[in-house]
Order: sequence, then C-alpha cells, then structure tokens
Amino acid sequence: MNQANRTIGAGGAEAVIGRQTAVRASWRRIGWRRALRLCLRAANVLALLALVLVFAMPFFWMLSTSLKTLPETMIFPPEWIPSRPVWENFSTAWNTGPFLKYFVNSVVVAVGILILQMLTIVPAAYAFARYRFAGAKLLFSIVMVTLMIPAQLIFLPVYLELSALKLLNTHLGLILPFASSAFGIFLLRQAFMQVPEELLEAARLDQASEWKIIVRLMVPLAKPVLVTFTLFSFIAHWNDYFWPLVMTTNETARTLPLGIAKIREVEGVATWNVLMAGNLILVAPILVVFFFSQRHIIRAFVYNGVK
Amino acid sequence: MTIWHKLRPYGMVAPAIVIFTMFFLYPIFYMIYLSLFDWNFVSPTKTFVGLANFRDLLTDSDFMKVLSNTTMYTLLTVTLTTILALLLALWLNRKSLFHGFVQGAIFSPHIISLVSISLLWSWLMDPEYGLLNWIIGLFGFGPLQWLSHPGTSLVSLVIVAVWKGLGYNTLVFIAGLQSIPGDIYEAAALDESKPWTTFAKLTLPMLSPTIFFLVIINLIGSFQVFETIAIMTQGGPVNSTNTLVYYIYENGFRFFKIGYASAAGVILLVIVGALTIVYFRLLARRVHYR
Repeated sequence: MNQANRTIGAGGAEAVIGRQTAVRASWRRIGWRRALRLCLRAANVLALLALVLVFAMPFFWMLSTSLKTLPETMIFPPEWIPSRPVWENFSTAWNTGPFLKYFVNSVVVAVGILILQMLTIVPAAYAFARYRFAGAKLLFSIVMVTLMIPAQLIFLPVYLELSALKLLNTHLGLILPFASSAFGIFLLRQAFMQVPEELLEAARLDQASEWKIIVRLMVPLAKPVLVTFTLFSFIAHWNDYFWPLVMTTNETARTLPLGIAKIREVEGVATWNVLMAGNLILVAPILVVFFFSQRHIIRAFVYNGVK
Repeated sequence: MTIWHKLRPYGMVAPAIVIFTMFFLYPIFYMIYLSLFDWNFVSPTKTFVGLANFRDLLTDSDFMKVLSNTTMYTLLTVTLTTILALLLALWLNRKSLFHGFVQGAIFSPHIISLVSISLLWSWLMDPEYGLLNWIIGLFGFGPLQWLSHPGTSLVSLVIVAVWKGLGYNTLVFIAGLQSIPGDIYEAAALDESKPWTTFAKLTLPMLSPTIFFLVIINLIGSFQVFETIAIMTQGGPVNSTNTLVYYIYENGFRFFKIGYASAAGVILLVIVGALTIVYFRLLARRVHYR
C-alpha cells in the first residue's frame, strides 16, 4: 500500500493503472485462496462429522435394532429407522428377570456407596490437610497405597473375606469395600489445603467448632471438587459389572448391568432386538445425564488425569 | 490442649483407614498367604505347598498363552489409543461450539457401562448379521469372523477398547495442549519454524508428561481387562482371548483352585504394582510443581 501511494505521489497515470491491475490481480489471488480455504473448511467439517458418525452410529444402531422384529434385524441393507417400531421389545427385556429389583439394587448400591464415601472422605481429607499429628505420614501412605491398588486385583481374597463375614449377596457386601475412596481423599485434601489459613483463624475466633468449620466453610469452598467426585463415583458404580458379578451368587443384591448381561442367557444368543432394548434401558439414563451436564462430566473424568 | 483435641485427627481419619485396611491392605497379604497353599475353598484344611503354585504357573502352557495374550492386547491397545488420541487432539483442539460437540461425541463411550459396550459390539461384530460385515462388504471386503475366529478375536477386542478409550485420551491430550503457554509458539513463529519442527521440537516435548501419564494408566487398565472378555468371548475361541484377570476369575470361581488363582493374582499385582509406582512418581512430581 505504502509503495503504491508513493508511486502515485511521484505522479504519472501509468503508475495509477499499474496499481489498479495489481489490485485486481491480488483480488483474484485472494479469491482463489478464499475458495481453497472454503473447500478445506468444508472438507474439515465433513471429516469431523464422519468422526462423530464412528462414535454415534453404534448407539444409533442399538436404538434402531431395539425397535425391530427379529427377522427385520437380519435384513440388509438395513432399515435405519424402523417404519413400524416394536415397543414390546422393552417389556420383553424387562420381563426376562426381576428388573425392578435390579434397578432398586443399582440405586441402593451406587447411592449407598456415595453417601458413605462422603461421610468418610470429608473428615479424613480435612484432618490430612489441616492437622499435624504423629503418624500422619504413615496413615496417608496407607491412603496412597490404596489409591495404587485397583480393586480388580484383590477380588479373590475380598470374596473370601465377605463370605466369612456372611456379607455375600447383600447390599452391604457390595457397598462396604467402597465405603471410602482414596481418590476422593486425595482430591479433597488438595482442595482443602488451598483454603487460606486466615479464613479458618477468623472462624475459630468466632468460636466456631471444627465440625461447623467443615460443614459451613470447607465443604462449600470445595463444592466443585465434590461435584466432580460425585459424578465420577456414581457413574463408576452404576456401570460396574465386575464387582457385583463376583460378589453375588443369587438375585438378592444383583444390579442392572448383571441383569442386562443375563438377558443373553435367558433369551438365547440370537434375540438381538430384545438385548438391545435391555441395553438401552441401562444406557439411556447415563446418556441423558451426559447430554445435560456434559461439561461437568468431562471435567470430572479428565480432571483425574490433568490436575 | 485437651486429650480430645489430640485424638480428634485420628478419629477423623479412622473410618477411612479402617475400610482401606479391611478391604485393600489385609486382602493383599491374605492373597500372598493363600498363594502358598493348595486349597479348593470347600475343604476345611489348606495344604502348604510353598512356591509350587508359582512353579506350576510358570510351566503351564495355558498360563503362558494368557500372559502373551494379555501383553499383546495391552501393547496394541495402548499404542493405538495413544497415537490416535494425539492425532485427534491436534485436530480437535479448538474452542468452538461445534468442536465441543465433536469432543463430547467421541468422549461418550467412556461413561457407558462396559456391559452395554460389550453387548453392542458383539451385535455389530456378529459374523452373519453384524453391521460391520455389511459396511466392509460395501467396500468389497470381508466377511470377517471377528470374535469367532482365533485369528481375529484379540484384535476385535482391541478395536472395542480403542473405541471406548479414544475420546477420554483425546480430551486429556487437549487439556495438555492447552496448558502449553502460547508465548512459546509466538517465539517459534518469529523464528519462522516449520509446522513439523514446531511439533517435534516444541509440542511433543511439552506434552511428554501427558503422554507418559496416559501410557501408564492405559497400561494398568489394559492389563486388568475383564468385562469385554467375560461378555464377548469367555476367553475363547481356543483360549485366544484369555487374559490375566479372566484367568484368575475362572480358576478361582469355576475350578476352585484358590491357591493357584492367588498365585496368578500375585503375579498380576507385581506387574501392576511396578507400573503404578512409576505413575505415582510422576504424579507426585506434578503435584509438587503446582
């Protein structure tokens, strides 16, 4: 631009014409670039949609199958949206076992675990964050060791232990091993340590009891961490298949994932429509919750990785 | 300072510590103890056999197959997940509504029960009426036997694991990318560094803690794979997908070889323990930096 202005300043019509052609040429160049950029953007969006398809298609296929008759599930090319949806598949799936019981068991176990975890991790995290006491290091190393051991590794001895305690096939037997959480204590301790000492001093000057400090001051300040942990814990235990599978031998305390997996044995391998209907009963609540609190949930899980 | 004040912190940590001791610490020692015995769970007496269970395990060709399956599964899953997730993260690392939607979509399998995922993929991979065979048929491939053939069964399980884990890994990578300070890139741009050089000399080293973290937790997770195998293949066909946790489960709960299963458990504990120590070394270092 400067260059062009100076040429005009020097005078001469040729320079002006030269400038105009230059502008036109650069416009053409920019037009080219714009078209190319638009194409690239469109290709990028298409590729992104294809990526979404890889992850959404299986879920859509589950829904589609759950609304078909058995012969319809075997027709290819498939009818993506069944013209006459078969809603009975859901009641068939629900009636393959005591599903109301499974559902109640799932809620009792997941909520029971969460409540006990809250009751045990909040005071423990507070003590580890705020008190100096003899043996604190040793006790905290127990927490860290527990954090390191996946429950999946020690199910055999825990099974024998619960069997000796007569807790197999009970809700308590499914809840108790997870009644506290090393991960929760670890997260919450970090949050409690970040609360400025002056706030606590002020509360103590007001004669607030330690109990009151925890409930009225610390817990509200650590709310994001508690929300994170709640989502994390509830989803993990709602989905859990391994632990209830190992710790139950009859229907008394069995949870939803076990009931769904059993449809296959009850109905035989081939009834995929009923199986997918049952599957949807298990998946739908989580997907709905995910849809509405996506950001919270993603943070809850990714937080685990990148603190 | 009253006695009560001195005891208070112990009272606060006691419930958690009691639970951990009962259901984590004690079982570890109990498992090591059991691994030295021959016991069928019903019999009132346990016979002490020393290290015989370990000797039997290490000479058992089935167990060797299980170890090699587990290693193969783990290496494939971890390598594929990490590389694909890194590529996706570089591609998806933008803050727009649409990119947020794409990130949410690829993350969604992570919060779905493994039971659902296993059943769903069993259906997708059905050799006769599965959608996957129809799709690859459109491109002129297949049909494949997927889970029903020993040659493809393990790889099929790897595909499911990668599909489930990819979104989570990608989002962790994106978080890692976003924590790299922008002014470093400005400096690189001033030096007219080429995109590839910027990636290799700048992004990759800055991302190395994230890569290390993901590799370790993926390794630990993959070594303990159970649900997909229990639901999709039951270790078959011909033991081609039998892995450590499933092997322990079968020996303990089907064949009631408690000592033998415990010994296999101790071996898994050593492998996972070694990996976790590495992981927590890293984690401790990160927390200190903060």
